[in-house]
Amino acid sequence: MQVEEKKEFTPLIVAFCCNWCSYAGADLAGSNRLNYPANVKIIRVPCSCRVNPLFILRAFQRGADGVIMCGCHPGDCHYTTGNYYARRRMTTLFSMLDYLGIEKERTRVEWVSAAEGVKFAATMKDFAETIQKLGENRKLRDLRCEK
Amino acid sequence: MREIRELLVNKIKELLDNGTVDRVIGWKAGEFCYDVTPAIFTKDDSFDDFLFNGFCGANQSKYLIEETKAPGRDEPEKGKILVLLKPCDSYSFNQLIKEHRIDREKVYALGVPSKGMLDVNKLRNMGINGILGIEEDGDMVKVKTLYGDKEVARKDLILDRCRCCKGSKHVAYDELLIPEAEEWEKDTTDRFAEVEKLEQMSAEERFDFWRSQLSKCIRCNACRNVCPACSCRTCVFDNANSGVAAKVNADDFEENMFHIIRAWHVAGRCTDCGECSRVCPQNIPLHLLNRKFIKDMNELYGDFQAGDDTETKGPLTAFTKTDAEPSIVYSRGGDK
Repeated sequence: MQVEEKKEFTPLIVAFCCNWCSYAGADLAGSNRLNYPANVKIIRVPCSCRVNPLFILRAFQRGADGVIMCGCHPGDCHYTTGNYYARRRMTTLFSMLDYLGIEKERTRVEWVSAAEGVKFAATMKDFAETIQKLGENRKLRDLRCEK
Repeated sequence: MREIRELLVNKIKELLDNGTVDRVIGWKAGEFCYDVTPAIFTKDDSFDDFLFNGFCGANQSKYLIEETKAPGRDEPEKGKILVLLKPCDSYSFNQLIKEHRIDREKVYALGVPSKGMLDVNKLRNMGINGILGIEEDGDMVKVKTLYGDKEVARKDLILDRCRCCKGSKHVAYDELLIPEAEEWEKDTTDRFAEVEKLEQMSAEERFDFWRSQLSKCIRCNACRNVCPACSCRTCVFDNANSGVAAKVNADDFEENMFHIIRAWHVAGRCTDCGECSRVCPQNIPLHLLNRKFIKDMNELYGDFQAGDDTETKGPLTAFTKTDAEPSIVYSRGGDK
């Protein structure tokens, strides 16, 4: 008789980071040898404004358990105003996901500057813990994308 | 209604005869008396089958995209087209002009009055079946059925969307059929009441609600095709390489996705005309998705009615430096 081993759940987290602040922040966390969870997959985007809300849905479809978007602090955008637009988009999208009954903790926006390596690591750690507690994303998964 | 139809036909004939327009989008009976379909009439057509009644709910604005911006280069230059706009249609008309989808120069807009459109499903829910003919007579509606004649109060048949009517004032027109149209006696239902009810539920209840609604979707694309805000030249769902274009849903995710994405694409541009819910063969309350976006944006970024004018920027194409942070979502809504 075979007993199936129960694997511990490790969440898959997608982080969209803007090239100018948050990605540099992640870089700084790296060069400072700060630890942050390895299951955070960073996708570099030119600006937080580049993040089409559909990217977030797509990430969930492809099996992400949590999606976090990081950008320059409002007012500090490399392109002057990009993150202001992103802020409105994400606010309305998150509100809609909540309205549809998707756990609202699964999505988050955090502003991380290039100098905030410590904040980046802490944010990712905290987000990963939240998702770990929430468990697997079942509500927005796509069976076709499962391995 | 019959008098208004006479008035309307006379006006149309006058405009066709004096050369202001060379064709008109009107309404024609479909297979049944209650599935009235938009149709083009020209000078040479007989207006005997031209209809104007409580089932002319279809928003004609969207047809103008095709009619005024025909891509065929070999086509001869067409003259102006006459469009009949109900007050709520004129918002979509404005919105499409704002988005440069309609050539305003090629349209002559005639504002027609509306006292709320009718919903045939309400008749069916009353147990009235086998409908052969429907005649509106003032406050009453006479229904001829296979099982005899019935009479119903008009106000009991009003479409849900008309219960939250935006008013009988047109926001765009070249001419009004009845210049001083009086306000009709409508219910003043709060259009966000249903949205609020959902917001008060727990996340699980909301998820179950939407699952039960959206799982009815058969991906007929009627909501998309009728929506005046869904006017992209190529729709994201028509991507032939995706392998799922124009096919029925493969699983839950796709139903969810289709409707979230669609609601998102029209957010900030949706005039809340309610056509999506009216045409849905499965009676999914799709307007509740759009209204959630409208409610959120009104609360967070100030009141905005898409299509009020042709200038103002929509809430998602503007910003202020003091906008709420996305984390506000965690502290709003019923389920905390």
